[in-house]
Amino acid sequence: MASKAQRMPRSLRTATNLFVLTWLILAAFPFLWTLWGSFKIEADFFSIANWTDALTGDKTQAIHGSRFTDAGYQGAWVQEEFWRAAINTLIVCFFVVCTSLTIGTLGGYALSRSSYRYTFWLLITALIFRAMPPITLVSGYLLPFFEWNLWGILPTTIIVLVAINQPFTLWMLHSFFQNIPKELDESAKVDGCTQFQAFRRVIIPVMWPGVITTGLFSFLLAYNDFAVTTMLLAKENQTMVPKIASFLGTTQTEGNVMFAVAAVVSATVPLFILVMFFQRQIVSGLTAGAVKG
Amino acid sequence: MKHRTFFWFFLPTALAMLLFIAMPIVSVVTQSLFTPHEAVLITSENCGPFGCKTETTIDQEATEALRAEKPLGRFAGLSIYLDRGHLAIAEVSDAWTNRESFGGFVSALGNLPFYRAIGFTLTYTFTVTPLLIILGLMIALAVNSLHRHLKGLMIFFSLLPMIVNPLVGSLILFWMIDARGIIGSALQWMAGDPDLSLKASTPMMWIAIIVYGVWHSAPFAFVVFYAGLQTLPKDQLESAQIDGATRWQQVLYVVVPHLMPLVTFVALIQLMDNFRVFEPIVGFNAAAHATSLSWIIFNDLGGETRQLSAASATSVLTILGVAILLSPVLVRTWRDFKGKT
Amino acid sequence: MFLRTVAMAGVMSALAGTTAMACEISARVSIVGNEFPAIHAVADGAKACAGGEVEANLTADHQKINLAGMQGNPAEYTSAIIANSSIVALMNEDVIRPLDDLVAKHGGALKKNQLITVNGQVMAVAFMANAQHLVYRSDILEQAGIEPPKTYEDMLAGAKMIRDKGLLEYPLGGAYASGWNLAQEFTNMYIGHGGAFFEAGSATPTVNNETGVAALEMMKALSEYMNPDFLTHDSNATSAEWKAGNVAMMNMWGSRMGPLKDPEQSTPEVVATTTLAAPMTVAGGDTPATTLWWDGWTVAKNIPEAEAEATFLAMMNGISPDRLDDEMTPLAVWLIDGYEPTDAAVGVFAAANMNAVPYPMLPYQGLMHTALGAELSDFMQGKESAEQALADVEAAYTAAAKEKGFLQ
Repeated sequence: MASKAQRMPRSLRTATNLFVLTWLILAAFPFLWTLWGSFKIEADFFSIANWTDALTGDKTQAIHGSRFTDAGYQGAWVQEEFWRAAINTLIVCFFVVCTSLTIGTLGGYALSRSSYRYTFWLLITALIFRAMPPITLVSGYLLPFFEWNLWGILPTTIIVLVAINQPFTLWMLHSFFQNIPKELDESAKVDGCTQFQAFRRVIIPVMWPGVITTGLFSFLLAYNDFAVTTMLLAKENQTMVPKIASFLGTTQTEGNVMFAVAAVVSATVPLFILVMFFQRQIVSGLTAGAVKG
Repeated sequence: MKHRTFFWFFLPTALAMLLFIAMPIVSVVTQSLFTPHEAVLITSENCGPFGCKTETTIDQEATEALRAEKPLGRFAGLSIYLDRGHLAIAEVSDAWTNRESFGGFVSALGNLPFYRAIGFTLTYTFTVTPLLIILGLMIALAVNSLHRHLKGLMIFFSLLPMIVNPLVGSLILFWMIDARGIIGSALQWMAGDPDLSLKASTPMMWIAIIVYGVWHSAPFAFVVFYAGLQTLPKDQLESAQIDGATRWQQVLYVVVPHLMPLVTFVALIQLMDNFRVFEPIVGFNAAAHATSLSWIIFNDLGGETRQLSAASATSVLTILGVAILLSPVLVRTWRDFKGKT
Repeated sequence: MFLRTVAMAGVMSALAGTTAMACEISARVSIVGNEFPAIHAVADGAKACAGGEVEANLTADHQKINLAGMQGNPAEYTSAIIANSSIVALMNEDVIRPLDDLVAKHGGALKKNQLITVNGQVMAVAFMANAQHLVYRSDILEQAGIEPPKTYEDMLAGAKMIRDKGLLEYPLGGAYASGWNLAQEFTNMYIGHGGAFFEAGSATPTVNNETGVAALEMMKALSEYMNPDFLTHDSNATSAEWKAGNVAMMNMWGSRMGPLKDPEQSTPEVVATTTLAAPMTVAGGDTPATTLWWDGWTVAKNIPEAEAEATFLAMMNGISPDRLDDEMTPLAVWLIDGYEPTDAAVGVFAAANMNAVPYPMLPYQGLMHTALGAELSDFMQGKESAEQALADVEAAYTAAAKEKGFLQ
C-alpha cells in the first residue's frame, strides 16, 4: 500500500491531519455537546442565563443532588415507553432497506445495462418524481389510505418510504453499476449464462460497495423520516422521530425537551454500532471486492 | 439488454413509483387546476362557554348541492398559478409599470411571497451545492489518506451531522447559536461585539442556514466520494506519478475524472434537495428572514383551513423549478449517454 | 404519613374507577386529538368504558389527519377533539354531526355553557378553556416602583422604568415568532383596539385601517423592550426566557402557567414572584386584548348511529365530573361541573369575567390567521410601513379566500 507514490510529504500530512481534526470537531461537537447535556436538566442545558451552566450543571445539582442525572432517559424510556418506538423503527428500517435494495438493484442494473433510449428517459422521469415535495405527496395519500383502511399501520409506511426513495436508490445504484465494466457480464453471457444468472453470479459479488453505500442512505432516510411517519402512523405504531417530536410540546402546552434530547442521543447509539460494523465492509471488504482494473 | 429482460428487471421499482409517486402527481396537478366551490354563507347565532355571538357560517345544504354536481370543484385553469400567492402576474406587471428604479422593482418583487421564497431558495441552492461538493471531496481525500484504524471512527463522526435527527438537531443548534448559547457567545467574542445576534438580522440568518446546509449535507458527498475512491485504479495513479504529475495534478487529472459520474450524481441530488430546503427554516424559526417554496407549501397545508389547491400549485412549480435547475446537468448526462451508445 | 396519603389517594381513585366503570357502550369509539396531559386525561376516561373498543390517536399533527380521517364513509375517527379555531375546518367540510338528540338523551351532566351551538344546533361539547393573560414578576415591579399594568400603555411605561433603573435590559416577553404566534398576538391587539377583521356577514377583509395600524404600532413599541430575537421566539422560547428570570412582564397562555410555577424548572425567586393577573386592555378600550379559547369534542357524521351513541357516551365519561380528582383537576381550566379553580386558573377566569372575546369561529378566520402570520414580520423588522404590511395581509388573504370560494 505504502508505495512511494502514495507517501505524503510531511507538510501535506500535517495539513491533512489538521483538516481532518477541524472537520472532526465541526461534525462531532454538536453531538458531543448534546450527549453531555442529555444528563442535565433543561434549565442547565438550555440555560439562558449563561451557557457555562451546561458545563457545570449547577441547577441539576440543586435539584437532583448530583451534576448528572438520568431523568431524561428515565422519562423517555420508562415513562413514555420509547422502546416501543425503537422497535417500530427497527422494523421499518429493516424492511425499507431490504425492499428498496432488492427492487432498486434489479432496476438500477437493468438501467445500466440497457442501451436503449428509454432508459435515459426513465432515469429522468425518476428524477422528476423525486422533485415532488414529500409533504404534498403524503397529504394526497391520506384520503385513500383512510378509505381503504391502510392508514396507521407499519406496512403502508414501509411501502411508501420505499417508493418515495426509489428514484434516489435507482440513480445511486445506476451510477455505481456503470463503474462495473460491462465486459464482466458480457463474458458470462458468452459462457452461456442468462442475464439473470450473469447478474447473480458475476455482478452481485462485485457490487457491494455501491449497495452498502446506497443501503446506508436508504437506512438513514427511513430512520430520520418525519414527513411520512408522522402523518401515516397511528400512535401505537409510531417510530422514533414522531415520538421525539411529541416530546417537544405545542404552542399552548409545554413539552419535555430533555426527554427528546435523551431520546435522540440514545437513538444514535445503535447507529454508532452499525457504522462501526459496516465500516470494515466499507474500508477493507469493499476495496477487495471492488472492480479490479 | 433485451426489452423483455429489461421489463422484468425494472417492473417492481416501476410499479412502486407509479403507484406512490406518479399517481399522486397526477392528482396534485388536477387539484391545482380546480378550486373548491363557492361557499354559500349564512349568518348564524353561535353560542359557547363565553356567551353567544352572531357569526357567519357555511350553509351546508346549499354547498352540498354544488358539491354533488361537480365533485372536483370549480375549474380554475391556471388562475391559481397566476394569483398573488404564486406567480403574481398582475402584481408583477403592476410593479414593473409603476417602477421608479430597477431596485424599486426588485424590492416590490421581494414583497411577494413566491419571489421572496425563490430569492432565498436560489441563493441557498447555489452556495450550498458547490460548497458541500468541495468540502465532501476534501474530507473524502483526507480520510482516505488516514491510517486504516482511524478510518472507521472518522466515517462515523463524519456522518453525525446527517444522522442526528434534524428535528432535535436543529433545536439544539438553534439554541447553540443564540446570543447566549455557546456558539453565539464564541462569535460575539471573536467579532468583539457583545450585541451580535444571529437571529435578529436577515443576512446573519441566511448565513447561519447556509452553513447549516453545508454542514448537514457534506457527509453525504463525503460517503459517496469515499466509496468511489475505493475503486480508483492504482495503475493510473502510478503512471501519472511516473509522468511526474504533482499531487495536485493527480487529483485534478486522475481522481476527479474518475469520480466525475459520482460528482454529477451528488450535484443532481443536492441541487434538488437544496432547492426544496425546508427543515432549517422551520428548525431555526427563521420564516421572518427566509422562506422557501417548500416552506410555502408547509404554510398552506399547516393552517386551520388547508389550502390544498395553493399547495398543489406550489408543488407543481417546485417540480418545474427543479426541472429547469437540473436541465444543464441533464443535457450533459444525455450527451454522455449518446456518446456511449 | 406520606404512605397513608398515597394509599388514600389509591382508594379514592379506585372508587372513582368504579363509578367510571358504570359506562357501558356497544360499539367502536375512535378519538383523534391534540396531545397534552388534559386531553390524555379525557381520552383515558373514554377508554374506561366497557363493551366496545375505544382507541385514541393523540398527536400534535391531529389537524392534518382529522379531516381525512372523518371524510371516509364510514369514518375512521368517530370523534375529533378540537378547539374553537379548528372546529371550523370540520364544519366547513361537513364531517361532524349535530348532537342535539344525543344531548337530550345522555347529556344530563352537561352544563349549558359547555354546549357549542352553531345556528341553533349543538356541534361540540366544550370541556376546557384557555386564554392568554398577563404574568408579572412581583419583585421586579416592586423594585421599579410600579403597579401591575392594567393596560398595554402601562406595560410600556413600566418596561421603560425597569430598563431605565437597570433592572432588566429586555423587561418584556412575548411569543412574537413569525407565523401562527405573531398572527395570534396581532389578533389579540386588534380585538383590544376594537377592530373588526371582516365586513359583517361577508368574507371581505377590513384590517387595513387606522385600528390595524394602531395595533401594529403598539406591537412594535412593545417589541423594543423585548429580546432582539423576538421574531424567532415562540411560546416555548418565551417561557424559557421567563424561567431564566430575564423577563418581568408578558402576555402568556393560561395553559403554560403550571410549568412557570414549577420549582424544578426555575429558580426559587422566579417561582415565588411569578404572579398571574387579568389580561390587559389597550387604547382606552373595555375589551381586553386577548381571546378566549375552548377545547371540546365532536362526533363524526359518517358513522352508524350506534357508533355515534357509543362515542357520545364514552366522551361523556371522559369529562364526567366524577373524574375531577387531584390528578386531573390541575391539568387544565375545566368547564366541567364541580371544577374548583386552582391558582393557575385565575388569569383565564379573569379573562372570562372581563368579557373577553372568544377567538372568532368564522369559516375563513384561519386564512386570515395564516396571512397575518406570513406578512407582518416585515413590519416588525422595520422593513416596511404598517399600511404596506396590512395591505399585504389583505392581498394574501384575498388570494386565499378566492381560492377557497369565500370571495368571488
